[in-house]
Amino acid sequence: MWLTRPFSERSTRLFLGILLAALALVTLLNLAVPAGHPLHVSTYTVTLLGKYLSYALLAVAVDLVWGYLGILSLGHGAFFALGGYAMGMYLMRQIGDRGVYGDPVLPDFMVFLDWDSLPWYWLGFDMPWFAFPMVLLAPGLLALVFGFLAFRSRVTGVYLSIITQAMTFALMLAFFRNEMGFGGNNGLTDFRELLGFDLRSDATRLGLFLATGIALALGYVLCRAIVASKLGRVSVACRDAEARTRFLGYRVERFQLFVFVVSAMLAGVAGALYVPQVGIINPSEFSPIFSIEVVLWVALGGRATLYGAVIGALLVNYAKTVFTGVMPDAWLFALGGMFVLVTVFLPRGIAGLLGQRPRRRASHAQTSQPTAGESAA
Amino acid sequence: MSILRSLADRERVFDFLVPAQSPVDVRHGPILYLEDVSVSFDGFKAIDALDLTIDDGELRCIIGPNGAGKTTMMDIITGKTRPDSGSVWFGSRHDLLTLNEPEIASLGIGRKFQKPTVFEALTVFENLELAMAADKRVLPTLTARLTGEGRDRIEEVLATIGLVELRHGPAGILSHGQKQWLEIGMLLMQRPRLLLVDEPVAGMTEQEMERTAELLTGLAGKGKQSVVVVEHDMGFVRSIARTVTVLHQGSVLAEGSMDRVSNDPKVIEVYLGAEEEAA
Repeated sequence: MWLTRPFSERSTRLFLGILLAALALVTLLNLAVPAGHPLHVSTYTVTLLGKYLSYALLAVAVDLVWGYLGILSLGHGAFFALGGYAMGMYLMRQIGDRGVYGDPVLPDFMVFLDWDSLPWYWLGFDMPWFAFPMVLLAPGLLALVFGFLAFRSRVTGVYLSIITQAMTFALMLAFFRNEMGFGGNNGLTDFRELLGFDLRSDATRLGLFLATGIALALGYVLCRAIVASKLGRVSVACRDAEARTRFLGYRVERFQLFVFVVSAMLAGVAGALYVPQVGIINPSEFSPIFSIEVVLWVALGGRATLYGAVIGALLVNYAKTVFTGVMPDAWLFALGGMFVLVTVFLPRGIAGLLGQRPRRRASHAQTSQPTAGESAA
Repeated sequence: MSILRSLADRERVFDFLVPAQSPVDVRHGPILYLEDVSVSFDGFKAIDALDLTIDDGELRCIIGPNGAGKTTMMDIITGKTRPDSGSVWFGSRHDLLTLNEPEIASLGIGRKFQKPTVFEALTVFENLELAMAADKRVLPTLTARLTGEGRDRIEEVLATIGLVELRHGPAGILSHGQKQWLEIGMLLMQRPRLLLVDEPVAGMTEQEMERTAELLTGLAGKGKQSVVVVEHDMGFVRSIARTVTVLHQGSVLAEGSMDRVSNDPKVIEVYLGAEEEAA
């Protein structure tokens, strides 16, 4: 069975082991260690880590298309945000009459805009069985239409990257408009509960963190399974010699479309897990800069390894939290500096550093441990 | 009346009943048959009333000065270029002029281009695996598993092209000559009936040329592949050729054994003479 193939790989087992151990450790330090103790992990930190993990899943999705298929998507933030909006719409409907205006059906911003009924595309989002599949379907459909048009016309390379930027920029402008019915500038916020669990309770927050970690593990295994299959090898072939692959009889554009859609859906899941943890979704997630930043995480961590993307996302976002706390103005310089240093000295990213010693997988484990451990501390 | 009788005949097989993928019919000898083929680009006659017949299992070398129409001829056979007139038959059943490139490729005509393009990030083994004839749609590819039969076929081709030891190394580390062999191996994975090989030894060392000569002569044979080699290197052609065709200005100037061809005064004038002078 192609889906279980990754479990026989050492690197996957190692990755899953470290991830699950980190999840268990954080849970333990949060629940079992009393609040005043230096080893205690506060719920605030748990939620922060949960946010990092959802970014890591997004980075894995980007690495799948960029690292293995050679499609540099500078618009994956759009899929992330669409998944986030689908979740946000569900959470909005869960508020019910507890909003500021107390309207049992309409979200606050619609009351504020004097709307008298729910737009048709909001229907059904009060039911999880409808809203949760939308987390996959909305980004998947956008990727399907966009990818179908782009790949059929054999748009690749830098042109495709520019079009993905345009796509996410256009969506950002659209979502900024109040008439779109997605809360405009302010987006969706003031969430209360998810599936009946109070979003402000510590237990729910820990649960969301764990759910994100498990989603990351599953997403990673799915991507590994794709990469380790014959389809993964065809993807690499498309990346390196597209015309030659076509000449062997593979319909390159269909393979590109398939992987692109899978990746967009994973990004959507990441967005849906991100939103309840940060408590807001607004059009800034569509901003072109954000999508470029995601690509930087992957580049820093190391392309075409998947675990490199996770390391990159965790490290950069941890550094961002530290930097923006200490020297907010210096963050962009620090990010730029990191990128330059890694490009010059570690062309294969941080993962390239680990991969140099394939025989000594034990030291491998120790080097990647601090990534999870550090951000947990 | 005769039409009615033929309709009643149980043994009669109508043309539309023959699947397009049906095997090549070589009972009448030739596997490839070009007759009176002409093509011109902007008034320039690249191929001019060309006749060429390749027998089943034959190894044929095609030589000729630059612009003689060798590459255009390959393009016509593989469906990349449509001739203005003439007919091209693969066996006695398949009219290649009615088929497009992928259809011709799936009939069993494999072409190796001058510049080797292998997938450098994949291993030699994986390169051959991707080239193997299989269901190449997306989902079947996702769930595909290498069968024992497929593995045997890959091992067989690895042995043929002499890359058994390097099978798990990335194709990117291969030398130029080894890449050419891998590329030929990738063609062989598709079990072609006819191999078109364009300048196989360009840029190869003396030893690599010898290996390539062995490889190509070993490939051709009855019940195996027919091989058509386009090559500039006269020494190499001399070492492998049984029959040589000399092209000049889009048509056949001479055909026969290497000795006969190289003594033909017309050939010496247009091609070999120039070569000897240069050498």
